[in-house]
Amino acid sequence: MFGFLTSAGKKIYAPVKKNGILTFSFTSRFEEVEMSYVQTRLSAKSAAFPKIEKLLKYTIGKEGQSYEEVDVEKFPQVVVWGAHPCDAAAFHPLNAVFTWETRDKYFTKRLENLIVIGLSCTSHDENCFCTSVGVHPGDTKGSDILLTPMAGGDYLAEIVTPKGQALADAVPALFSAVEGVDKTQLVTKVEKRFDHQELHTKINGMFEHPVWKEQALRCIGCGACTYVCPVCSCFDIQDEGGIFGGLRYRCWDSCGFGHFTIHTSGHNPRETQDTRWRQRLMHKFSYQPQRQEVFGCVGCGRCSRSCPVDMNISEHLTQIMAL
Amino acid sequence: MNKLKERAKELLTSGTVQVVVGYEKGTGERIRPAFITRPEDADRLVFDAGCHHNLALYLYKHETKHLGKIAVVAPPFVLRSILILTTEFQIEENRLIVLGVTPGDELIEFGSFSEIETWVNQHPVEMKEKDREILKQLSAMNSGERWKFWQNEFLKCIKCFACRGACPMCSCFRCTVDYNNPQWISVGSHQLGNFDWHLMRAMHLAGRCSVCGQCGEACPMDIPVHLLSFQLNEDILRMFGSRAGLTLKKESLLSSFKPSDVENFIR
Amino acid sequence: MSDNIYKPYVMRIEKIIEEAPDVRTFRLRFTSEEEAAGFVFKAGQFAEYSVPGEGESTFCIASSPTRDYVECTFRKAGRVTGALATLDEGDTLGFRGPYGNIFPLDEWKGKNLLFIAGGIALPPMRCVIWNCLDTRENFKDITILYGARTVSDLVYKHELKDWEERPDVNLVTTVDPGGETPDWKGQTGFVPTILDKMAPSCENTIAIVCGPPIMIKFTFPVLTKLGFRDEDIFTTLENRMKCGFGKCGRCNVGEVFVCKDGPVFTYAQLKTLPAEY
Repeated sequence: MFGFLTSAGKKIYAPVKKNGILTFSFTSRFEEVEMSYVQTRLSAKSAAFPKIEKLLKYTIGKEGQSYEEVDVEKFPQVVVWGAHPCDAAAFHPLNAVFTWETRDKYFTKRLENLIVIGLSCTSHDENCFCTSVGVHPGDTKGSDILLTPMAGGDYLAEIVTPKGQALADAVPALFSAVEGVDKTQLVTKVEKRFDHQELHTKINGMFEHPVWKEQALRCIGCGACTYVCPVCSCFDIQDEGGIFGGLRYRCWDSCGFGHFTIHTSGHNPRETQDTRWRQRLMHKFSYQPQRQEVFGCVGCGRCSRSCPVDMNISEHLTQIMAL
Repeated sequence: MNKLKERAKELLTSGTVQVVVGYEKGTGERIRPAFITRPEDADRLVFDAGCHHNLALYLYKHETKHLGKIAVVAPPFVLRSILILTTEFQIEENRLIVLGVTPGDELIEFGSFSEIETWVNQHPVEMKEKDREILKQLSAMNSGERWKFWQNEFLKCIKCFACRGACPMCSCFRCTVDYNNPQWISVGSHQLGNFDWHLMRAMHLAGRCSVCGQCGEACPMDIPVHLLSFQLNEDILRMFGSRAGLTLKKESLLSSFKPSDVENFIR
Repeated sequence: MSDNIYKPYVMRIEKIIEEAPDVRTFRLRFTSEEEAAGFVFKAGQFAEYSVPGEGESTFCIASSPTRDYVECTFRKAGRVTGALATLDEGDTLGFRGPYGNIFPLDEWKGKNLLFIAGGIALPPMRCVIWNCLDTRENFKDITILYGARTVSDLVYKHELKDWEERPDVNLVTTVDPGGETPDWKGQTGFVPTILDKMAPSCENTIAIVCGPPIMIKFTFPVLTKLGFRDEDIFTTLENRMKCGFGKCGRCNVGEVFVCKDGPVFTYAQLKTLPAEY
């Protein structure tokens, strides 16, 4: 399948160990791909929402300025290969943001060009908590085809979407029908720590609660959790160039940075780290579900693993549920 | 570490301090910073060789200072950081109680900062063997190979600024990156901009680094950024004969001039 | 509007008016006839103004939609506004918009209107004031209370004169104590204080307040004291904004995005928001 996809000119974005870390990377060599892993460093969101996205080229001439769009038709066809159900499910809330009443054509084109081949989880670690936020280790949400490893080296393939079907139709020899396979026996079991609807209801009323100050004491205000998260979508727009021409791009940004909300006057509505930590959690579990009807978290646990000071989100949420 | 827990309990119960900043067990095998405000929570405190966060960075943060007087659990690199921060007017001696802890499990409660100064000068800076090895390899490379090494590493950088966040010496309320007029350092992550950021940060830390290695430890992409500062430290030791964190003298190395300063870079 | 939400219109600066020290008004025309024809906006909306290479800055559209041009007023405060301030008549700038919600003028028909503005916050109000004056028959009494720190800080000086001379508008101008000049004929005192003195009736009246946070903080209680209902007091919020269409996350306050659900809010709505603005 991998060979077929590369020879068909598609770019494959798969978990590869490179420069010392396991993360999603473009590759054309199947030998490099990890087919059995707990979690990658960065998520697969870069396939649709890369860390830096050129938007416009500007030129300033005698008649004034002009802007030229980057041609989205030139965006490549990409296959995200081997994304766990959490990463696959994350494209839905991301899409909800980028198509909320106005459509971001860079994102939507990349998503249109994307095929997601998911990989169910056969193992997990103490940072995973997908089952507490409405996802599970064998979830088909977001995958076009979901592969679940079976004993013997084959994969149970669930064709989830028409895109997946089109792909399967192109290489019928690789697929054969099976019956009576119980997927729940093949995937790992992630213990449910809390119910996401109950969390949503509970956290709604907690804006003034002192728990945020306690929890945020050790937070150092970096953007690691935001950037590794498959759902976080805050961005900045920056211009870089000279007096005759240059580039306007969109890049990742984080609500955890101290100056994210600062006004030119110097007034900062979120001056202390606890207000920013509160914003992170309330946006994911209260505001976003309320406004865009999507949950802002898929329980992948990357934020907890990458956090330099172990701000373990599922631990914090469990503490909140117990209040 | 019972001595530490007992002392922390005493300090909190007597109201001498309102918060003890130390280490506690985190998720799985991890250790993380702890903020103990109640005597009964002092049992959460741990100390062993796995305690690596540089707690000095919390000592000047508004959110911690707001709690009251602070006692800080301080392994050697934190002690050095405390001295550097004092020379830079970021922390004041009379607002802090320093509970020095050493790998040998000793608890040393320093009565004054000059006692810390004496202690750190008696206990030389230790670099991890792993870091020493890589630095040796890097020094053996020619500049082209070294350039390629760092190019590769910085491709991974996502500009999350965890390196900045984990470093006590990155204490600027408004970092160079946060200025937009002019925008000194690119905001987005691209090859040239990433280089700019790391090299600029290394220069801002030159002569000020306490050799804790936390910037590299904090990096979610495992970029060994600490090596840049470590190497600069060695260069500065060679050129100016001094190391950061060993003195209370308020004299900033790179912003002061002595006639004896090396000038072999001016040709 | 193009299908690319990030791409600005290119506007040419037709006229520049120096309003006050560091405050300028630009009258803008579309460089493309087609884009001009398709452009529609309503009072209350804002735009992102670009100087390519420097960035984008957020401020309101200061002219009324009843006119056939677009005007903006800004104060030189940061990087982009600083660059805008160097532009001349004939230069171009980028314009992305219109964004945001609108003042519900239809709901205000048949009511008295009380406009209260301070300093550089008159521009967002000017749009709605002119819109109301251009459709004067829709409203009953119109009162404008405008104050600034000093006489030279008052913006739209020539328009203030127009409003003063109109018999169908009651204009009260004031400067902060110490800001008056020897020939100053208006009031002297902070805006909330003057408002208290004026004691306008709240009967069938909508109050629209725009100003620096400190002025708003002291004006709301006066309006409440005078009997205005929270739903009848309108204001505009200013948060740091970037995209203008609710995606970049910067202006998110509680469930609300100031760029999409605002910037126009009633005092009643404001009370339901967390104080993160």
